[in-house]
Amino acid sequence: MPIAHIMASGMGGIRTAGDLVAWMQITRRMKIAEAKNYVADRLGVSLLDLTDEAVMREIRNDLGIGTVAATASGPKGIRAKLKVAELLDIQINSVTRFQKQIVS
Amino acid sequence: MKETISTRMGDGQRVFMSKTAIKEDLLKGTKDAAEKGSIPELTPDDLEQLFDIIAEPSRVVSVSPGSEVIVTDDGCSMSFYSVQDSGGVGIPLSRLQAVLTHERACAADTTSIGHGDYSFKPIKPIINYETHEYYNASMLTTVPLFYGAQPNLGLYFRPDGPFSNPWELMKQGEIEASFQAQEAAAEKLTRDIVFVGKKLSEVGCEGINLDTAGSAGDVDFYAALQAVVALKQAAPEMGVEFGSSGEFIMGMHGEIRFDGKQVAGMYPHQQVKAAEAAGVDIYGPAINTDTAKSIPWNLARAVTFVKQTVSVANIPVHVNVGMGVGGIPMLDEPPIDCVTRASKALVEIGKADGL
Repeated sequence: MPIAHIMASGMGGIRTAGDLVAWMQITRRMKIAEAKNYVADRLGVSLLDLTDEAVMREIRNDLGIGTVAATASGPKGIRAKLKVAELLDIQINSVTRFQKQIVS
Repeated sequence: MKETISTRMGDGQRVFMSKTAIKEDLLKGTKDAAEKGSIPELTPDDLEQLFDIIAEPSRVVSVSPGSEVIVTDDGCSMSFYSVQDSGGVGIPLSRLQAVLTHERACAADTTSIGHGDYSFKPIKPIINYETHEYYNASMLTTVPLFYGAQPNLGLYFRPDGPFSNPWELMKQGEIEASFQAQEAAAEKLTRDIVFVGKKLSEVGCEGINLDTAGSAGDVDFYAALQAVVALKQAAPEMGVEFGSSGEFIMGMHGEIRFDGKQVAGMYPHQQVKAAEAAGVDIYGPAINTDTAKSIPWNLARAVTFVKQTVSVANIPVHVNVGMGVGGIPMLDEPPIDCVTRASKALVEIGKADGL
């Protein structure tokens, strides 16, 4: 059932820009339209591109923010989130704590 | 188009209804929500759009490209390894494997981790296990990772907890004692949620999900809101998602107020304002499914409540769309035709920010 919702209405997570839009809702309480506009503006893409795997795969790869396809050197997890926080100009709690641990 | 249309009852059973019967149920459903919540009915255009979604002959439907929303969850990764009680399919996966599978194989916009009991009270004594598990997962996940649990005030009353059982006291006519027991339990519940939340935030928790708030009535909902207030002061860096247990907060106490408003009797468009005042970042309304009514009736009702809630909300609204809520049949294997129709209708007509 959750997968049916994802397929029917979801943005696609790290296949596309779903995680990026979700971060804006969580960290800035943005409604969906505002969150999508913010992310599209930061990425320099159209709103329709945000859920287009063919567009977002290349962008995610270039920015190092994680792609769904597994490659040995492709950043995922905290390494990708470090760049996501910078890209979106947001504070991600796990990233902030991690940064404090690695620099102190 | 055929003379009759395949749809379902609220318990999931397939029924074939005429176009006229479906349109009548759509109208009755929206009127029921409007009367109960004192909110506007769906417009004729909304009802026509909803009819088209229900009558669409394809088995699976979806939103139009560009209309997609964020899908958060309340323990969906747990469905991989848990059992029927949690809608689980019983695969022998670890929690971490399930979380990463949910993120990478299911295209989830966010994912979550939680304890098998999924209530805050039992988490407290094992908090170090939970924070350690969360920390490990958060190092590997790319999408936002929530930690989810239910306030579940009922666990604080005898025989499960230390406080007198308020429902037993009520039966004995001990109304004041019943109120006192609920209020004392609420203080303990709030403290427990804040304890767990602060510990999680200290290991970098990105978001906490207070799921199914209000399941034991108005005091349950109130205790969860108070916990959010405290958490937003103690750990403002951690997001808070707050899901309701039902469309109507039951008045098991009746006199509890939050932010100057009576909690008992709050409908979703009022619940969201209380959630906003507490500091919630994402609110999840739950509109109950009536198993004796058709899905057209139930879905029209759910969309009516959601549309009003979204229109007054200043925070994102992610509708609960699990078994038995949000126009989804009350069945542990909800038929996909209904699931996707509810999904599309709540987003395209209800204007939900997410599910």
